[in-house]
Amino acid sequence: MKILVTVKEVATVEDEFEIEGTEIADRYLGADLNEWDDYAIEEAVQLQEAGIADEVVAVTIGPEDCEQTIRQALAKGADRAVRVWDDALEEVDLLDVGAKTEILRAVVEEETPDLVLTGVQSGDDSWMATGVSLAEELGYEWGAVVNHLEHDFDDGVASVRRELEGGVEELTEIELPAALTIQTGINEPRYASLRGIRQAQRKELAVRSLAELGVDESAVESEVRLTDMYEPESESDATVWEGSADETATQLGELLREKGVAQ
Amino acid sequence: MTNVLAVADHRRGDLRDVSYEIITAGRQLADETGGDLHLAVVSGTVDDFAEKLDREGVDVIHTVDHGEEFNHDIYAQATIQLYDDVAPQYVVTPNSVNGLDYAPAVAARLDLPIVTDAVALDADGDTLTATREMYGGKVETTTELDGPAVISIREGEWPAAEGTGDATIGAFAAEIDESEVGSTVTGFEEVGGGDVDISEADLLVSVGRGIEEEENLELIRDLADALGATVSSSRPIVDNGWLPKNRQVGQSGKVVTPDVYIAIGISGAVQHVAGMKGSDTIVAINTDPNAPIMDIADYAIVDDLFDVVPALIEEFQ
Ligand SMILES: Cc1cc2nc3c(=O)[nH]c(=O)nc-3n(C[C@H](O)[C@H](O)[C@H](O)COP(=O)(O)OP(=O)(O)OC[C@H]3O[C@@H](n4cnc5c(N)ncnc54)[C@H](O)[C@@H]3O)c2cc1C
Repeated sequence: MKILVTVKEVATVEDEFEIEGTEIADRYLGADLNEWDDYAIEEAVQLQEAGIADEVVAVTIGPEDCEQTIRQALAKGADRAVRVWDDALEEVDLLDVGAKTEILRAVVEEETPDLVLTGVQSGDDSWMATGVSLAEELGYEWGAVVNHLEHDFDDGVASVRRELEGGVEELTEIELPAALTIQTGINEPRYASLRGIRQAQRKELAVRSLAELGVDESAVESEVRLTDMYEPESESDATVWEGSADETATQLGELLREKGVAQ
Repeated sequence: MTNVLAVADHRRGDLRDVSYEIITAGRQLADETGGDLHLAVVSGTVDDFAEKLDREGVDVIHTVDHGEEFNHDIYAQATIQLYDDVAPQYVVTPNSVNGLDYAPAVAARLDLPIVTDAVALDADGDTLTATREMYGGKVETTTELDGPAVISIREGEWPAAEGTGDATIGAFAAEIDESEVGSTVTGFEEVGGGDVDISEADLLVSVGRGIEEEENLELIRDLADALGATVSSSRPIVDNGWLPKNRQVGQSGKVVTPDVYIAIGISGAVQHVAGMKGSDTIVAINTDPNAPIMDIADYAIVDDLFDVVPALIEEFQ
């Protein structure tokens, strides 16, 4: 079985930051592997270690800068990676679900995996929709917010748990090929070992343009335009206690005694 | 195309609260586009659901009587056929776990753009403006799109519709192609039982990713001992296996309503807030003065938890 995992480098934001236009100014941004994708990679690598997957391919959309992050997927055990980038994507403020779907579809159609794993959401733009959208476009089955996957795939079926609201899980059987959006907590993502990191440098990381994938530039134009970004108006009417830690702790202590919840 | 089609959410025999919120959001959009609000309810005891959903502002309710529980293949097929029939400008679904499991497929199959997790909407002519959050609530954005679209709305952002309506209720004869149904829900399981019921506690000391290491949890346990409080947490602590699932507060964990909730190193992501916003008094200890938790906190200490928590323990020893 072949597994394709979509991974993304997401921007992390410092506590204090400034917005320029519809972007957070670069100097306040860091980069990290999307939290949910980390769990998706781990799940794929575990399937490989269990002898169920023959190959794990990581796919990302992103500029050259993000290669370091994508190599984390290779360092953790993915066999090879594909990075899609194009001048046409350089100017785009916001890649909407439709645009991401078009790009990823072209890669999946080339790779024809049995299973696609994506994160439930990405920590920056949090669309929470690309995995399911991709499945539909491919004619694959799907499952959203999966926090457990049985590793036997009896009769070409993925037995999963979907994490619903309020501490309830749904047990679902999904026919392969399928795309599953992976929720945190499904496993314990590993740290890349030094050996893994060294090996990752030698693994294949192919770069593909839209033209090479046969994707028309117009297909990746987002139908959703980002028109404004701002810090949410603080609705806070919190009393902020000032002073040293001893002073603020004393104030909190007084509150707790006043409320009669602690002596 | 001016109508709006909204789809209700239910589970194990009960409509979920968001089903009434979606009426309010849908009505708002229908007023802005000048059309009717059509509501769909798919699977389960649809006639009973339709009666409950007939609140002020709903023009038409379509029932699709097919199966007991949510099945995304059936929801997707039914919604797409309703779209062809009603020809709405907008399809509105909850951004619930089930919404996330079919709305993107509906958008993809109908070749429509989708905006997810909207917290505010404004339709003007052919243009829809949706307000969304990015970076875990650190910034808000406005996004625009033209023409018909699928929209999923965040739960708890629109008030629930009230009153009694006089909607036209009718069965919609969706033709479900069973050969296209490739997923089967086989059951449900409650998780997170165990030794402690955090929803019963008067005082919760709740710890988040700011604690950094499992060893540091000892500090929070010491605090709980000193205060006579119960320990709860945000999701990453449970995902890491540092605390059992029954300690998780939030959308996919427990809803808690203590007298005092102390959020220690917790940012206040929407899924966390969903579980604790009903607390009587909320205190945040966080190094980030702009963390979203500050919006709902009554009291805040903007400082390092590793300084404040030991001082607080000392207070009570
Ligand atoms: C479908 C779905 C369901 C979810 N369900 C839940 C749920 O039920 N419950 C839940 O909690 N989450 C849930 N989440 C996850 C949620 O989106 C957040 O990822 C999570 O709540 C973040 O936890 P956190 O606040 O502890 O961590 P972070 O967001 O990483 O915040 C850590 C905070 O600690 C502060 N901090 C860091 N160091 C210190 C220090 N030394 N002193 C003081 N403060 C410090 C930081 O400023 C920051 O504000 C769900 C997500 C999805 C997609």
